[in-house]
Amino acid sequence: MSRRRVGLTGNEAVALAWKQIRPHVVAAYPITPATQIVERFSEYVAQGEVDTEFVAAESEHSALSACVGAAAAGARVLTATASQGLALMHEVLYIASGLRLPIVMNVANRALSAPINIHGDHSDTMGSRDAGWVQIYARSVQDAYDRTLLAVWVAERARLPVMVCLDGFTLTHSLEPLEVYPDEAVQAFLGEGPPDGYTLLGGEPITVGPLALPDSYMEFRRALAAAMERVPEVLEEGVRAFRAHFGQDLPPLVDARGTEDAEVALVVLGSYADAVEQAALRARVRGQRAGFVRVVTFRPFPAAPLREALRGVRDVVVLERADTLSGLGGPLGVEVRAALYDLEVRPRFTDVIFGLGGRELRDEELDGLLRAGPPGGVVYLGVEGSRVLEPA
Amino acid sequence: MSLNLRELSQRAQGLAPGHRACAGCGFPVVVRLLFAVARRPLVVVNATGCMEVVTTLYPYSAWPVPYLHNAFENAAATASGVEAAVRALQRRGRLSSPPKVVAIGGDGGTYDIGLQSLSGALERGHDFLYICYNNEAYMNTGIQRSSATPQGARTTTSPVGRVLRGKVQPRKDLTEIVAAHGIPYVAQASISHWADLGRKLQKALEVSGPSFVNVLTPCQPGWDYPPEQLVEVARRAVESRYWPLYEVEGGRYRVTYVPREPVPVRAFLEMQGRFRHLLGDEEAVEALQRWVDANWERLRAREAKDH
Repeated sequence: MSRRRVGLTGNEAVALAWKQIRPHVVAAYPITPATQIVERFSEYVAQGEVDTEFVAAESEHSALSACVGAAAAGARVLTATASQGLALMHEVLYIASGLRLPIVMNVANRALSAPINIHGDHSDTMGSRDAGWVQIYARSVQDAYDRTLLAVWVAERARLPVMVCLDGFTLTHSLEPLEVYPDEAVQAFLGEGPPDGYTLLGGEPITVGPLALPDSYMEFRRALAAAMERVPEVLEEGVRAFRAHFGQDLPPLVDARGTEDAEVALVVLGSYADAVEQAALRARVRGQRAGFVRVVTFRPFPAAPLREALRGVRDVVVLERADTLSGLGGPLGVEVRAALYDLEVRPRFTDVIFGLGGRELRDEELDGLLRAGPPGGVVYLGVEGSRVLEPA
Repeated sequence: MSLNLRELSQRAQGLAPGHRACAGCGFPVVVRLLFAVARRPLVVVNATGCMEVVTTLYPYSAWPVPYLHNAFENAAATASGVEAAVRALQRRGRLSSPPKVVAIGGDGGTYDIGLQSLSGALERGHDFLYICYNNEAYMNTGIQRSSATPQGARTTTSPVGRVLRGKVQPRKDLTEIVAAHGIPYVAQASISHWADLGRKLQKALEVSGPSFVNVLTPCQPGWDYPPEQLVEVARRAVESRYWPLYEVEGGRYRVTYVPREPVPVRAFLEMQGRFRHLLGDEEAVEALQRWVDANWERLRAREAKDH
């Protein structure tokens, strides 16, 4: 397989992936920092490089509503958004998963108002974590491209919508080298459209989206939970197919390095994986046995592989760019702790909230945290008087 | 386009019996006529509301055609997506006989919460028909005012009290707002005038691009009339010129029915419990009559300009 090597930003890479995926319908509304995905894709459509029906919706709510209509008609459907746009879609997110529609959405992670802020953090997608969408967080521009291709394969086989999240600006606007797969390879991997599922256009008078009362509603919701439980299996199969087609290895759920003998393990989501992994390596050089875990797929939550990776670690430090405002720290920390509850020996736990609204995380801060030893509790890194929860 | 009732009744592939619409409900008339006049397969997209609730109670469905319900405010946006899929799949050779997409919503889902979604879909020019079954309030949730509710009407959120006597504001003219989008076909119709309604639905189905039909569709519990008077109450809305029947085709206005001897608006009001408190208030009834007359004159003047 002949690959091309080009320099693209995260948004450009996603738009290129979209072109190669050849969706039947894209319905989207521009919002910073996702705008260039839609802009670049509109150019492909205008130039006749892809024959997708592009619906320039008048809001994110309508964009996702149109995606639901198109996917229920049996089409392959993509969209993109961020922040306030995802919040506006909130109602329809649940409908997309409830109707088991394989919509793929790229989210350029961005802070939520107020105060308004266009820069990166994970508040937006964390607010959608229980909407029944698979959530995958990209580490790099290459990863955003790869995972977008993979997401279509997974969505269409799990019959669930998938969000592929890429950090606002740090990935969306960063130029990185990208290995581009040939169009034919992408077509061979994904085929022409969803391989199965229902369609409003098959002539059968199917009714989609009925009213379900207490005698049946819970069965629908349990079936949705069961579909989500099967996702790790589908993902495993998906990354095998991905390797076969593109020769590229993608960790499906978590990516753990050096945790086997670690006394301290750093757990992170998204593009700060590079900085955090480097900090763990620097600690090793200093003689501190540090490990690194990147959570790749946040929904469904990879509790089993996390338990496996973190078994025997003395100190677990979760570093995350969102808060639950519950007094318990961020959502990743809450869930990692829940996953570790069943370990015979539970590690000490520190939840570090950093980088809200695009604030940078400096290497010195990470090194300082490791040198001093994780303090336990919840820490807001880089904010005065930040320690709010004392360790139990 | 002439419609023959006997022929239509044989062609009609109605809603399946057993749906839970109230006795004296108007919308089944609209749906039956839609099916009767359609010459292409249909896909229906339905906003949340009475129609959706009474026809799709799982595991039953009254719909003889493919049907999709998404949410309350997004029927037009959802229809946009279905229509885009039809185009795309046809282009890729995966669909041979494309259906017509029809979105249906009540006045709540159309005049109010769904107005943005409707406007967006009309402006984008999707090939679809939007039918508003307009019963002039949020009936599904128990008769709350909408912007389609006429001035003076009693609803549960525009009650009759010592200070306020029903809805304070006059209704919004959605048909005109839709016409301002410059789409190929816009019409206002009533379930009482079935031949007129059927012709309008047929035209609306056959134009290419967006079309819109606003159908006055009485609600028995909401308007409070005897169930067997469904057609009569709608007829008086038309005969009093409270609800003019007209169409805007390619921008040209045409009043499709001119009452020969219009009845006073009081004849429409007095059939309904929602106006009962007004009937003793001569001034309020006269004000409503003046509003009806002014609307009618404006419409006729607009029509005269085009002919």
